Amino acid sequence: MSQQIPTSEIRANIFAFISVKKNGMTTALDIQGLRKTYDNGFTALKGIDLRVEQGDFFALLGANGAGKSTTIGIASSLVNKTDGKVSIFGYDLDTQREQAKAQIGLVPQEFNFNIFEPVVEIVVNQGGYYGIPRAEAFARAEVLLKQLGLWDKARDQARNLSGGMKRRLMIARSLIHQPRLLILDEPTAGVDIEIRRSMWEFLRKLNAEGTTIILTTHYLEEAESLCRNIGIIDRGELIENTSMKKLLNRLDTESYVFDLASPVTALPATSNLCHFTLQDPTTLEVVFHKEHYSLNKVFAFLNEHGVIVNSMRNKTNRLEQLFMDLVENNKQ
Amino acid sequence: MNAQQQWTAYTTILVKEVLRFSRIWVQTIIPPVITTALYFVIFGNLIGSQISDMGGHSYINFITPGLIMMTVITNSYANVVSSFYGSKFQGNIAEMLVSPTPNWIILAGFISGGVARGLAVGLAVTLVSLFFSSLNVQHIFVTFTIVLLTSMLFSLAGLINAVYAKSFDDITIVPTFVLTPLTYLGGIFYSIAMLPPFWQNASLLNPVLYMVNGFRYGILGTSDMSIWVSYGVIVAFILLLGGFSLHLLNKGIGTRS
Repeated sequence: MSQQIPTSEIRANIFAFISVKKNGMTTALDIQGLRKTYDNGFTALKGIDLRVEQGDFFALLGANGAGKSTTIGIASSLVNKTDGKVSIFGYDLDTQREQAKAQIGLVPQEFNFNIFEPVVEIVVNQGGYYGIPRAEAFARAEVLLKQLGLWDKARDQARNLSGGMKRRLMIARSLIHQPRLLILDEPTAGVDIEIRRSMWEFLRKLNAEGTTIILTTHYLEEAESLCRNIGIIDRGELIENTSMKKLLNRLDTESYVFDLASPVTALPATSNLCHFTLQDPTTLEVVFHKEHYSLNKVFAFLNEHGVIVNSMRNKTNRLEQLFMDLVENNKQ
Repeated sequence: MNAQQQWTAYTTILVKEVLRFSRIWVQTIIPPVITTALYFVIFGNLIGSQISDMGGHSYINFITPGLIMMTVITNSYANVVSSFYGSKFQGNIAEMLVSPTPNWIILAGFISGGVARGLAVGLAVTLVSLFFSSLNVQHIFVTFTIVLLTSMLFSLAGLINAVYAKSFDDITIVPTFVLTPLTYLGGIFYSIAMLPPFWQNASLLNPVLYMVNGFRYGILGTSDMSIWVSYGVIVAFILLLGGFSLHLLNKGIGTRS
């Protein structure tokens, strides 16, 4: 017996189909003129336009209170917008709310599960809210909890988990309905480096399998390491929206710190394209112009003067420096 | 969501709610049973034995429907107000708000949870009452529908309280200063025929009076008012509060910033 498909569903799918662009790519998140003024009069968003393409790993950066969480809150229906238009994979959040919501998985900044419920119940119940039958939701929860190293805690109350486990529980919960767009609001805050790295690997794999990911973070090396495109919000405005590569290319200088094999008392002056500073007799800082100088030239110079380098590192995170520059320029 | 998915979402909320109050049965089921047993001992046996028949029934039999109804009202209200506010406080209400579950399903799930606890405690209290009084249910359909509708009504009231609550104090103010006076003055312990004319008329403004009398009619076959008036008042309040609750959820008042 054939099953009747509701007219509203057909209409929604047609709209979603129309949103597929000519090159075959779909826009995962399309935000136009988004404004938000809270009841207390504070304007958190001043008309943001943002587009995240399907398959992207997108970083949304900004200082505390810049408007990142408000943007995410509106996209995930937890915050009412004042004005503007939001669509998710072509589904309009105002007119096709159910279809739009079904596309999104959200990992919020704060722990927001019932701490007295068993871990597996939290994940399975979330599946229920998406209409996934309990047996199927349980099977999916088992897979996710195993992938995230939480299966041995499945029957424990959530309050007994460590901070890192709680973060992973929220990731498992957000993935139970296999969303096409995953939004993570500072997912690695307060997580130790080992777990952070394993979460990065998990997210990379998820993205490689086709899930579009939007990430906010205060760890800028995290954004630089994971994301292909980047948006920067400052005081309710989107001040940058470009690819990570293009953004990083804007830096015209590079800074490194060298650990030297033996003490050095002084180095001869170089040109104004490359500058050395001895922080102490075995630590040397070098700053050079990318376009006119290179690390090869730096090493050649040091070899010439008998200076042996044991190890080296970036002086500051490159993205951090750019981020600070952009925010500073926006103030002026 | 299609109908089957909506059913899954509804049963998920309902089962979660039932498990919630079942897990803490020492806090949710036992205290009202003990309190009502004390009412039976003190007001029914000790003081009631000194009071003459009321409406053709012994005093303890007269107050039994009201005491059962009181526990149903307070527990239906308490379940939804504490569960919904607790979800807001911990933030896990967001689990439902981000999902495609329609607001009317969320509403139905929480209300059904409140009804489940109200009826569970009501049943426990009814079993206790059998030790003290003799109940011969006169109208089974009326008894069941009145208790069910009343439980729904006060579950809705609990949800509205929880939506507006901003602290745990706010979820105790209404039960203490509104619900308790209304139930005690709702004809549980007396017939309004005993009151002076002014207070008889004033009592008619109390919606609990219609529920207690409707339930008493179902069990004892006597009431201070027509059963149809009781049905009318309860259904009218359910429609009013139900519509308002849905409006609050749709607008995101108290749940979305």
